[in-house]
Parts: sequence; C-alpha cells; structure tokens
Amino acid sequence: MRDTVRFQLDGRLHEIQNPDPTRTVLRWLRSEARRIGTKEGCAEGDCGACTVVLGEAQDGKTVYRAVNACILFLPMLDGKTLFTVESLSAPGAPLHPVQQAMVETNASQCGFCTPGFVMSLYAHYLNGGATDAPSVRNALAGNLCRCTGYGPIVEAAQRMNDAPRVAPKAQVAIAAGESLALASAGKRFFAPRTLDELASLVLAHPDATVLGGATDVGLWVTKKLQVLPTVISVMSVAELGRIVETPDALEIGAAVTYSAAQTALARLHPDLGELIRRLGSVQVRNAGTIGGNIANGSPIGDSPPPLIALGATLVLRRGDTQRRMPLEDFFLAYGKQDRQPGEFVEMVIVPKLKPGADFRVYKISKRFDQDISAVCGVFLIRRDGDTVHEARLCYGGMAGTPKRAAAAEAALTGKPFTEATVRAAMRALEIDFTPLSDMRASAAYRMTTAKNLLLKAWLEISGAVATRVLEAADG
Amino acid sequence: MGERGASGRAGTSRHHDSAAKHVAGSAVYIDDMPEPPGLVHLALGLSQRAHAKVLGMDLSAVRAAPGVIAVFTARDIPGKNDVGPVVHDDPIFADGLVQYAGQSLFAVAAETVEQARGAARLAKVQYEDLPAALDIAAARAAGLELEKPQRMALGDSAAALAGAKHRVQGRLVIGGQDHFYLEGQVAIAVPQEDSDLVIYSSTQHPSEVQHLIASMLGVSSNAVTVEVRRMGGAFGGKETQAALPAAVAALAAATLRRPAKLCLDRDDDMILTGKRHDFEIGYDVGFGDDGRIAGVAFDLASRCGYSTDLSLAINDRAMFHADNAYFLGDVTIVSHRYRTHTVSNTAFRGFGGPQGMMGIERVIDAIARTLGKDPLDIRKANLYGAAPRNITPYHQTVEDNIAPDIVAVLEKKADYRARRAAVAAFNAANTVLKRGLALTPVKFGISFTTTHLNQAGALVHVYADGSVHLNHGGTEMGQGLMTKVAQVVAEEFGIDLDLVKISATTTGKVPNTSATAASAGADLNGMAAQAAARTIRERLVAFAAAEFQCRPDEVVFEDNHVAAGAHRMRFAELVRAAYIARVSLSSTGFYKTPKIHYDRSTHTGHPFFYFAYGAALSEVVIDTLTGENRTLRVDLIHDVGRSLNPAIDLGQIEGGFVQGMGWLTTEELVFDDKGHLKTHAPSTYKIPACSDRPPAFNMDLWPAKNREATVHNSKAVGEPPLMLAISVFAALADAVASVAGYKVLPDLDAPATPERILMAVEKLRGAA
Repeated sequence: MRDTVRFQLDGRLHEIQNPDPTRTVLRWLRSEARRIGTKEGCAEGDCGACTVVLGEAQDGKTVYRAVNACILFLPMLDGKTLFTVESLSAPGAPLHPVQQAMVETNASQCGFCTPGFVMSLYAHYLNGGATDAPSVRNALAGNLCRCTGYGPIVEAAQRMNDAPRVAPKAQVAIAAGESLALASAGKRFFAPRTLDELASLVLAHPDATVLGGATDVGLWVTKKLQVLPTVISVMSVAELGRIVETPDALEIGAAVTYSAAQTALARLHPDLGELIRRLGSVQVRNAGTIGGNIANGSPIGDSPPPLIALGATLVLRRGDTQRRMPLEDFFLAYGKQDRQPGEFVEMVIVPKLKPGADFRVYKISKRFDQDISAVCGVFLIRRDGDTVHEARLCYGGMAGTPKRAAAAEAALTGKPFTEATVRAAMRALEIDFTPLSDMRASAAYRMTTAKNLLLKAWLEISGAVATRVLEAADG
Repeated sequence: MGERGASGRAGTSRHHDSAAKHVAGSAVYIDDMPEPPGLVHLALGLSQRAHAKVLGMDLSAVRAAPGVIAVFTARDIPGKNDVGPVVHDDPIFADGLVQYAGQSLFAVAAETVEQARGAARLAKVQYEDLPAALDIAAARAAGLELEKPQRMALGDSAAALAGAKHRVQGRLVIGGQDHFYLEGQVAIAVPQEDSDLVIYSSTQHPSEVQHLIASMLGVSSNAVTVEVRRMGGAFGGKETQAALPAAVAALAAATLRRPAKLCLDRDDDMILTGKRHDFEIGYDVGFGDDGRIAGVAFDLASRCGYSTDLSLAINDRAMFHADNAYFLGDVTIVSHRYRTHTVSNTAFRGFGGPQGMMGIERVIDAIARTLGKDPLDIRKANLYGAAPRNITPYHQTVEDNIAPDIVAVLEKKADYRARRAAVAAFNAANTVLKRGLALTPVKFGISFTTTHLNQAGALVHVYADGSVHLNHGGTEMGQGLMTKVAQVVAEEFGIDLDLVKISATTTGKVPNTSATAASAGADLNGMAAQAAARTIRERLVAFAAAEFQCRPDEVVFEDNHVAAGAHRMRFAELVRAAYIARVSLSSTGFYKTPKIHYDRSTHTGHPFFYFAYGAALSEVVIDTLTGENRTLRVDLIHDVGRSLNPAIDLGQIEGGFVQGMGWLTTEELVFDDKGHLKTHAPSTYKIPACSDRPPAFNMDLWPAKNREATVHNSKAVGEPPLMLAISVFAALADAVASVAGYKVLPDLDAPATPERILMAVEKLRGAA
C-alpha cells in the first residue's frame, strides 16, 4: 500500500503524502499551487470554468481528457499528468495556438470562463481537433460563457489548427505502483488495483463511499459540505475498466466512463449514442461512469432507462459472491437500491438489439446539452408481422425510480401496431405513472410528453415523418 | 518608431486589452489576488423563511465550529445597517425581521473558506412566520407596492379605444432572469493605517460601494477606497448587488483589523442576489383595418422583491420602452411596482426596457392574428414616422428615427418574403415539426433616466517618456470599455494604443462616479477621458507653437509624431521637452450629457440624448409533440453609430442577443410555495450553451454615425442588442400559431420553455 499521491504537472513529478482525500484539485491548484488561472464558476461541474486536462497512458499511448477540477478529488490525479491553462504557454512566451486563436477571434470578453474554454479546446486539439460544427459544439458543451454568445469561440476552434501543431511536453512515465491507501485528519481513501482487493475493502468498510468519477459524490463535498470518512475508488481496478463484447451483449465494468462506453453503446443503436452524448458534457462523461449512474439510483439518471429497456443485467459483488439481477429490480424506491452493505456494482451486461427490433430513445430537457432530463423515454418494440410481440417501455423522470410502463406495455403487446393501439397505450401511461412537478417540469408536462414520445416513436417507426428538431437544425 | 499610422485609433477593431491575459489565465480577478497575511474568510448565514420575525438566533454552534474567528450580526454594525442605493431599505443583516428566503442574517469569519461555510450552516434560528406575498398576484391582493402606480400618457387612450374599429385585450407573463456572471460576487477588504480601508470589490459601482461602507462604519468617504480592475461578468448584477458582500468584508476587516474576503458560493449568490424583474403585462389595443394602432392602454406589473433597490427606475424604463419603435397614438401606460417577499430584483441589461418591449411586440402579434396579416406588415405600419407620428408616450420627439430604414434593409437582405413562403410550405408538409419566423425592431433610449447620473470623470497622465496612464470612473466587466476609452485617448495624442496604460478603477483617482450601467460607459467615460487628453494636448500645442514658432493649428499629432510647423518630432520628444519646460502633463476630464431633462411627476420630458436602433429576423423550428425547439438562423442589423471598435461592438451584439435568447427560452426561475428559489445553480438554471447559438448568425452594423455629438459619433451598445432576441420569442409564437392556421394568438408566456411551447400548442389544438 502506498500513502503518496503522485502526478505530473508541467514536467515535474508532484508527490503528496496523505493529502486530505476529498480536497478538490481546484482548491489545491488555486491555494497550494497558486495557479489561479483555473476558476471556480459553480463548484458542481456544470459550468466548465475549472476545466483541466488529464493525460494518462492507455494501451501504449497517452489519452487526454478534459475534466472539471472543482469536483475532482486530489487522489484521483494519481498516476496522471495534469495540464492547466498555465501549462500551455510560459509567461512571456508565445501563446499556444489554441490561446492565440481565441485572441484572434475576440473569443474572450470578461475572460472568467476563458481558461476553461481554452482547456476544453486544448483537449479537443490534442484529440485531433475536428472542426466540423457538431464536434466543436460537443467539445464545448460543458463550458458556459455568458458574454460572447459562443460564436467567436467556435471560430477559434475552427482556426486553432491553422498554426503549426504544438505537441504537449514529453511526459515521464509514472509507475503504476501499489494500491493507494491514504489517511488524513480522520479521513481515509483507498484506490485498490484489483477486483479482489476492492471486494475485501468494501466488505471491510461497509459504510464507505464507493467512488467512481466523483461527478455526483464531488457535490456531496462541495455543496452539501459532507465529510466522507472513508472513500473507496473503483477507478484503479483494471478489471472494472473494461468493456467486453460478446456475440450477444456488452459487459461494461463499473469503472468504465461514459466517454469510454459511448462508442460501443452507439453501435448498439445511434439513439443510445446520442443519449450518452447529451448526458452531462465532455468533462462529465470523461469522469462519470455508467456504474456510478446506476449505483446512485437517481430517478433522472439517463443511463438506466435505455439499459432497462434493452433488458440489462446488473452484476453486484460482495466479498467473493456475485449476485445478478435484472437492472430494473435494483431500483426499489426513491433513494433506495437493492445493494447490501459491503456490496458494490461490478458491471452491467447490456444485451445487443436483436435484428428487426425497433428501438427509440428520447431525452427531454430545457436545454439540449448538459441538462438533466425532465423525461427520458425509451422504447423497444419487437413485432411479429404487424403485431407487437414484445414492448419494453422505460421512463426516467416519471417516478421515484427509472421505471417500466407495465400497463402501456400490456396495451401494446399482442396488438396490431396501429395509431389506435398506440393511443390506448398512451392512455395506459396514466395508470403507470403519477409524475411530480419540480423545477424541471410540471407533472402535466411530464405526462403529456411521456405520451407524445410514444406517439413519436410510432410515427418514426411506421413512416418517414420528420420528428426531431436537432436533426432539422443540423440538416 | 517608424513612419506609419498609429495603431489602435478610435474606430478600428482591436482585441480586448486583456485578451492575451484572459487566454493565459493570468488576468487577475479578485479571488485570484494573493491572499494578504492574516486573511479571514467569510460566509453568510441565510434566512430559511420568506417573511418572518426572528425571535432568536442561537449562534453558539457557529462560534464553536473549528476555525471560527468571529460572527457578525446587525448589532455589530457601528453605523447604518444598510446598502440600499436609493431608499435605505436594504439591511446588510436582517435585524429582527426577514423578508425573503435567502436574506443575509449574519456572517462568519474563519481561517478557511470551508470552515466559514460549514459554520454558517450551524445556526439555530427561531422564526415566527408572517404572511408572505411571493408573487405579483399575492402582492396585488395584499396591496404591497413600493410606490403608488405611475402613469404615463399621451392623448386620450380611452376615447381612441372606444372609437377604434377593432379592439383586442390580452395579457402576457414574462419571467425574470439570473445574471449568471461566471465570477460570483466577491470582495476583499484590507485595513490600512488610520483605520482606513481599501476594498477590492467586483462592482460596477465603486463610488456607491465606497459611500455605503463609509456610512456603515460611520466614517467619512475619504477613509474608504474601492478598487476594481475587472469583473468576470456583471450585466447589471453588480450595480447594487456587489455592495452587500463588500460591506460584510469591510465590517470584518474594520472590526478584526485583519484582511477579510467574502466570495459567495454560486448557490448562495443566486439565492441572495437580485435578478431581472418578472412582469405581467395587460394590454387593451384599438386599431383599424390597416393594423395601425389608434390607441393602447398598458398595465405593467412587476415583482420588485422585498426592497426598493433600483426598481423605480427599472419600472420607469419599462414604461419608456412600452412603445419600442412604434407610434402608439393615444396611449396610457400604468405601472405597478409590487413589493414581494422574494429577493430584491435589480438591474439587468436593458433595465426594464426588454419587458416593456415584450408587451408591445405581443400587441403587434395580436393585431396581426386578428386581421390575418403578416406580423411584419403590422410592425412596419406602426413604426415611428414623420410628425405627428413621432411623439413618444413621454412626449419626447423622436428625431433620429432609422428604424424603418433598418427594417426595410433587413427584410430585403434576409429575404423575408421568400422565407415566409418557405416556412408556410414546410409547415404544410410537416405534421410534427413547425417552423416560425419573425422580424422585430429595437429602439432603445440612451441616458440614465435619473438625469444627475449622466456625468463622468477621468484622469490622464502623460509621463516624461511619452507613455500615458489612463484612469476613469468606468468599470470593466468584459464589455471592452477600457479598450475603447484607451483608443479615444490614443487618438487624441496620435499614438499607438499600447502606449496607453489601462489602470484599475479606483475611487482614489476619480471620485463621485456613476455606475457603469445604462450602456453609457463609453459615452460618458470616453468623453471625460477625451476631455482630459485634450487639456493636455492643448498645453502641448501651446508649448510647441511657442517653442517652434508656428500657429497652434499647425501643431498636428499623428503617427506617434508631432508636427509643429516645419518641425517634426516623436511624441515622446515633445513630451520630454514640455516636461523640461515645466508644462503640466496631467489632467482630469469631466463630461455631462447635454440636452436631457425629465419630470418624473408627470412622466414627460426628454430623458434620452438619443436612441440606438436595430432589427433582427429569427427563424425557429418547434416540435409540436414535446415543445423542443431550435433557433435555426438569425439575421440582424444593429446601429452603434460610428463604432469605436467594431470587433468589440459585434461581440456585444452577439453576446447580448444570445443572453436575450436565454431569458426568453431556457432560463426559468422557479420558486416553491415557501418562496425558496429552486433553480440556484447551473444544474437547474439553464443559460444558453454553445449548441444553442443559432447555427446561422449573420450580423451587420448599420453604416451611419450618431447625429448627436457623442464620442466620435458612436452609440452605446451594451444593452440594446439583448432586445433583438425578442425576434426569437416572436418566431416561436409564430411557429405555435401555425398549428391553428395563424388565426389565433398563441397563449405563450416567457420563457418559452419546451413545456410552455407544448402547452400553447395543445391549447391551440384543443381550440381548433
């Protein structure tokens, strides 16, 4: 076991022995490291002003990803290379092409969000810097600017490749080393490297907070000011970071980030890829995990509804024992999941769509990017000729948990796939759900939309009607 | 320095002066400043009730929490417990009575910010609830108003309405808006000798912060210096709202004799600080078959929150813009300013004007739907024109009207008629998706409507090496004011822009300043700085004319050189010679806006020096099953007179437009039935993101100078473009109207969230 967090910053190896394990990278940068370029805009991962880039060796090459430093705990830097806005150009030296492009296009006004945009663009640059509009919009979706209206920043993204390319500084490889076990001021942090080690630790510390990418747990610290006495990170466990593709399914380990899963899920169905693309932002998807999204049991998490509709199986682990259940059974009630003390989510097994099945995913939110669903509706329809053979309808945002619409499914199953059948199923949703009103939507809107999404799916499956505003905007 | 034109003259595009520092992360904001030794960190304790007597506050757990140094309540304030800008009804700490959920009750000073914030949550407060009026309807029912209803009128609207061929009544609700500056409210106070204080405050109004802190501490203004180099966004949200955090930091610093910092957490900031006023607008309009308005009566009601703040002037400005760019005939505008038990609403880009304009644009749409005409034709028929159709409801004659020209050019350039036909064809062919189109004008009055605020000061030094130091009362919040004013000064001396050093705004250099607000920053401070530079230049001219034996009009400043008759020298050489000859090379400058006057008792006069104009055409698509929508294309033309810096002005226009779009589409403030704001972070409050920017966005500047003698005949640009986004709202309403054949005015309130759009669609379909 190792009690020192090791990471690189500007070619220098930083070793921090037993840091406060829930101190955020943002606080560390701005206080101890006196790197004030990285800003706090919200401390909840929703504005991107604190964006930094992490470099990490993966399969023999370095992978770069933008993340929000405000909800990233210091030990999560272990083994990685950290880039901040100060890393891009030394004082007095020429600006990096990303920075220079931002100057040339007048892409800063008040300048407070600017370092975050620079770092998102820097990650985009290191990852190839695609200049097509959807790629640029996507790269910038996690950064809010209140001054410019974004046009000049988009232009900078399209111009940053014009100058000769500047490679990041060569990095010293950091040996993976032993598992991390930190203790500081009554707080403990573990980052085991094997599944067995993780299983023993969680069993030994049943009250521990099991940590994925901290996109949710980070807020417990920054917003709820919670003290987390014991934290066990799953992210260093190699077995959990894998996606295994079998002929019939994808097995997604609990430490697989949304970003890592996005391509594989998009191959199952483009709607699923688009849903993941709209889940959080690049920064959130680079840190957050599918496993965490399931384990935290949020009724408005976006990954459970499609996985439930697809018939996913959840694999839990407690000590040496594995437990499997249909994913939908994991969600017992609002805030309550079927997870025993000492147990953790190991992986989720997502069946591939069978040929001939129709599948649709819809996410409804006030804003398209980086917003939480008011309603998420997912429909899997298998037909036998004109007759609905199987219907799996799952909604988020309609109940205290992600939930299948049993009455609506029954109204469809065995019936001809006609508008009359669909309208009957729409009415049946009133039996299935009694949604709440909150700041995202009223109960009436949720119910109306839930019904209309089913109608929309029917329109799309049964005809060539244009039904999607995003496609209309891009087309 | 070679023989070339000086770079960065007024009228040329230059990058923001801090651009290179912004992108490098080296631009220093207040929370970035090195922490002075002994700094204490502050956090506020906030009220959990909307309206209640405070029976007791048990702060023992707060005091006992780790790292806590001191706790401050109303009793610890030596002078006035108030930061009200006009009326003294804004306590720093609630004293026995809380008037909104989130009101500041006390402050904690601790060794770290985490300790301060943690301790602030440990207070046990005993409340006795009082009836709370949370919205306009409740305040109306309870008769809670900040002042008596205000009335502005021209002619006899009742008679005009009675005599009109057509008459329509309706009502529109318009939501508020959080500023969501990326840099939250922050201040650091540092004790000096003689009990003086220096306060670094992220404020648009350093002078007011200075005066309020002096009054809070019971000292004179000369004991308090307030400084700000730059803000990370403000938009009106740091005009008055910066005072409370600064006052708390000053109180702690003065009491503890230690530097003190208060940096509000985002959630606290959104809960504690005021926002754009939400409005209800009732209208009653009479018009003829040609769609021309014969008379109109507006009833404006706004939620002002618990205190006066700037609400009176904001509501006045809503009245001033109830006409937008249209001649209203016989008109009466009545305005109610409701006091509610919610956060005190405040200045926000447009200052009530946008809400006023929303009312008349809805009226225009109502006329169009009633007559079955294209709304653009109704708009054009009602624009201000020649006398007698050029008198505003406040009796100012519109002398500079270019709205008809701008609208005509935009209509042609953006191909309105062909696109209207294309939208009709699209809507006929599509059952789920519907498109909408709208072209709306803007006319926005420039000047503070409180006449005495229209003044500014500046201080310019020319050092003996020919470099220039510039200071003025305006503050930089991202709008490029510092760059523009520096360009004006560089122009006066004919020197490169980079020879003019921009410096932090401080009450120690220029006193008694007005807020950087009302879009007037460059108009006022540019003129003051120009006056200061001219004073020095005139001294240099007199010196050069005597020294080189030429007439004063033969002394010319250009290309970093000065020609004095046949003699030509570098600017720095002349300055050096003038210094040796004991010529003063420093001057203040002062400016006050001419021609303006206003009688608030009758709401008549000439409150605006001039108007800024523009027009925008927006095209949208909506999903009639979900209410989801996109703005597909925007074409706009905006009038900034002769631009001081086209790059910066275009940035203001685009940024203002997108911010206005956010206000009218995705940005929704939701309060629960206890008065708690539920949307107090970016996770729940959705300002436009990158992908919300319309994919096609075409901007042009109107190519004409200001007819009034403003600085280089430029026009103010900060606020007016925000209102161009009303075209997006009108286009969304147009798309909704398509589902009922454009025969019925959609019942669509703002913001037009997917929910409101869907409900408006469903209502029309239900009626059809």
